[in-house]
Amino acid sequence: MSIVTVQLGQCGNQIGQEVFSAICSDARGTHGLCSRKENESYSDACKERFFCEEESEVPVARAVLVDMEPKVISQTLSVAARSGSWKYDDRSHFCQKQGSGNNWANGYSVHGPRHKEAIMNLVQKEAEKCDRLSGFFTIMSMAGGTGSGLGAFVTQCLRDAFPTSFILNHVIWPYGTGEVIVQNYNSVLTLSHLYQSSDALLVHENDVIHKICAQLMNIKQISFRDVNQVIAHQLGSVLQPAYTAEGCSRYSRNPLGDLMETLVPHPEFKMLGLRNIPQMPENSLAYSTFSWPGLIKHLRQMLIANAKMEEGIDWQVRPPRLGSSVPSGHSTDKPLHFNTSIANLVVLRGKDLHSVDLGSFRDPSLYTSWLNPQDAFNAWKTSRAFNKYEKSASLVSNSQFLLKPLDNVVGKAWNMFASKAYIHQYTKFGIEEEDFLDSFTALEQVISSYTSL
Amino acid sequence: PVSLPFAVGQCGNQVGCRFWDLALREHAAVNKKGVYDEALSSFFRNIDTRSGNDGPDIYKGKICSLKARALLIDMEEGVVNEILQGPLRDVFDSKQLITDVSGSGNNWAVGHKIYGYQYQENIVEKLRKSAEHCDCLQCFFIIHSMGGGTGSGLGTFVLKLLEDEFPEVYRFVTSIYPSGEDDVITSPYNSVLAMKELNEHADCVLPIENESLFDIVNKIHQMINSGKLGSTLKQNSLVTSSAGSAKTVQEKPFDAMNNIVANLLLNLTSSARFEGSLNMDLNEISMNLVPFPRLHYLVSSLTPLYTLTDVNVPSRRLDQMFSDAFSRDHQLIQADPKHSLYLACALLVRGNVQVSDLRRNIERLKPSLHFVSWNQEGWKTGLCSVPPVGHSHSLLALANNTCVKPTFIQLKDRFMKLYKKKAHLHHYLHVDGMEQSCFSEAISSLSDLIEEYDELDTTKGGPRTDPSRLKIAV
Repeated sequence: MSIVTVQLGQCGNQIGQEVFSAICSDARGTHGLCSRKENESYSDACKERFFCEEESEVPVARAVLVDMEPKVISQTLSVAARSGSWKYDDRSHFCQKQGSGNNWANGYSVHGPRHKEAIMNLVQKEAEKCDRLSGFFTIMSMAGGTGSGLGAFVTQCLRDAFPTSFILNHVIWPYGTGEVIVQNYNSVLTLSHLYQSSDALLVHENDVIHKICAQLMNIKQISFRDVNQVIAHQLGSVLQPAYTAEGCSRYSRNPLGDLMETLVPHPEFKMLGLRNIPQMPENSLAYSTFSWPGLIKHLRQMLIANAKMEEGIDWQVRPPRLGSSVPSGHSTDKPLHFNTSIANLVVLRGKDLHSVDLGSFRDPSLYTSWLNPQDAFNAWKTSRAFNKYEKSASLVSNSQFLLKPLDNVVGKAWNMFASKAYIHQYTKFGIEEEDFLDSFTALEQVISSYTSL
Repeated sequence: PVSLPFAVGQCGNQVGCRFWDLALREHAAVNKKGVYDEALSSFFRNIDTRSGNDGPDIYKGKICSLKARALLIDMEEGVVNEILQGPLRDVFDSKQLITDVSGSGNNWAVGHKIYGYQYQENIVEKLRKSAEHCDCLQCFFIIHSMGGGTGSGLGTFVLKLLEDEFPEVYRFVTSIYPSGEDDVITSPYNSVLAMKELNEHADCVLPIENESLFDIVNKIHQMINSGKLGSTLKQNSLVTSSAGSAKTVQEKPFDAMNNIVANLLLNLTSSARFEGSLNMDLNEISMNLVPFPRLHYLVSSLTPLYTLTDVNVPSRRLDQMFSDAFSRDHQLIQADPKHSLYLACALLVRGNVQVSDLRRNIERLKPSLHFVSWNQEGWKTGLCSVPPVGHSHSLLALANNTCVKPTFIQLKDRFMKLYKKKAHLHHYLHVDGMEQSCFSEAISSLSDLIEEYDELDTTKGGPRTDPSRLKIAV
């Protein structure tokens, strides 16, 4: 089954290009550390999922590029083509000239309706190229105007046009100290709207990835390209073919569906966080060895203590003891800083997986009581190594990971809204104060729900 | 996206002339293959001149003949004629010019009411023609001075016209404000009358004071003459320089100062024209820097003012660039944003500067800056890969800051000094359509604006505690 990627705005297109690049280079690589047959199987599955094999020499990404100004798409297309190993379909992009001006209302209320037909035509074409469509993967930032506003509109259109397909939104959380002054408004509007049409929101925070680049990747002058490459690696670690059940002989045919089924049991809880270890500069890879028990121990503590990366983990945080007289759903009962999960997915890629013990992730005290711990936790194991890492472990978590960032963004947006600053810029394009209030209400509800886990 | 600059009046056209020259230089440096590209199309059309000057536009392919997308308006012929006889003559054609002979006599009313009325149709027609040639017109730039008659009066008339004819296109105005010792006695009248129009019809105004330009030019001369820089100074990197221009230009007295303003406009539009990892378009500037419609005055600063030939730029020097952007010496008006209140701030970086450099410097500078309560992290940032000619990197800072208040207060004071004595008033009231109420409304508009800034300074923008959040029933 195939995934159609929709790249929205500057951020979405820049990241999208790195994702396809990472996926393609991984699939073609010879570092799989597995049998040739296994490697071929992986490569074929990857190709079917992300690329279209046309008469052309190189695989063509199953993607639609959308932006309201031409420079980024033009660059994205040419960088891909220059790689020589893959490219985009030359016709599968839509752009305009004037941009969205960082204005969510402009993206959503003006550009959206105006260009709906043209954009959805492109999506339809890509969808038709797939033998079987697993669903859509959209990439966007919440801070700007196109990715956020037009992105929210397009997501809605996807939901309307493809009611039975899965939609996974990859959302970039901007740096806390601004890239865009109205980013908190744009974020609030985006999240509240996506929540209605999307199946799940997979979030990457710029601040977190930046830290990974600085502290783990040892990059001195960090560029957006560096940040995007780390993000692409993390996404690849989840989206590349994997065996989703024990004793499976075929790679999963329904990647998005499998992801949603395991992680999103309830529509009120759609915020997914992603952690991937280990992360290190490429030239250190040859000199490092990791053990699965070590990786799993770290990953689990990162989950429990809500650590953003494998350095600086707070090992003091422990899950609450079960069997206390107070009902386990009570939030005041839990130790401070403990991150409660609804559901978790661990994806392991590399050799020696037969010895792996994931029992610690099945500990009921990690989870809310709604799901059977057997259902709340899932693991995908694949012996084929990923992106030159001999062993790589990823965690996709539906937990309180994003509670604090969400609360921060809503708080700052509310503070600004109380002063009415910048509101005239939105009402100019048809988003009124009432619309803001609706969005705030929706997100306070999400915050409340995640808080009371 | 396309921008259409208008130069109105003597000052406006002198700056405009420098702007077009430097723009050509900048594009020539980047565009090695002589192909007409997206970047060039922001400011230039490409005409097939084989059939004469009226040839069709060529949208792709080799550059044939570049024509500036511009309107040059002056009620005296001197400056415009010089441009048309000078090295830039091929860049303009007669259809882009509107001139008269006698000038406005430094009288806002003559510029606005008499010439405005007289040339309205002509201006609208030429405007529409120019707009027709634009694939996607995003922004108008008006370049003018506030103190005279044409730039000030006719310039603001054109502003109103733009709003009426093209309400959706952004209106950015670069206004040169007169200094206290300005030759023109009635410059306070002209400026205040113009301010009312800027308050009501402009999307963004970049006020610039001659005094600041003068100080910067002097500072550079001192540095050069002190001999400290010697041969390491890159001549064409001076923000005041015309060196290495597209065509050879004889330096005229105000050229150095005008070059600074021209560079401001080039930097302002760089991220819209050239690629980068975080683009910043003009509509984004308006969106992020104007929290309330009337508070649209942006203080600008440019760094560096010159570069040394040292190719390896240690991050220390990069950081110095950021520090300089916030120093008094680099502001284009006599103001000190560091000691006033920020409503919003934008940083547009050009060259080999990455997001980590930006973040490091924002973190470093933040603690010493005062931001309004509802916008504590109010930074808008842009990264453009292409540096200006002669530099490896540069920074343009735009601040919406209450430090403009003193400039406006001074203006008001100078106005009142004249107005109380009714000095020179009759020159204005003689003009058809001018009444005393024009003056009282104008000063009232300015007073209201000053009060809005005052209010912000006092309250720092909001209540002492954060407003309580919405409560959700569980």
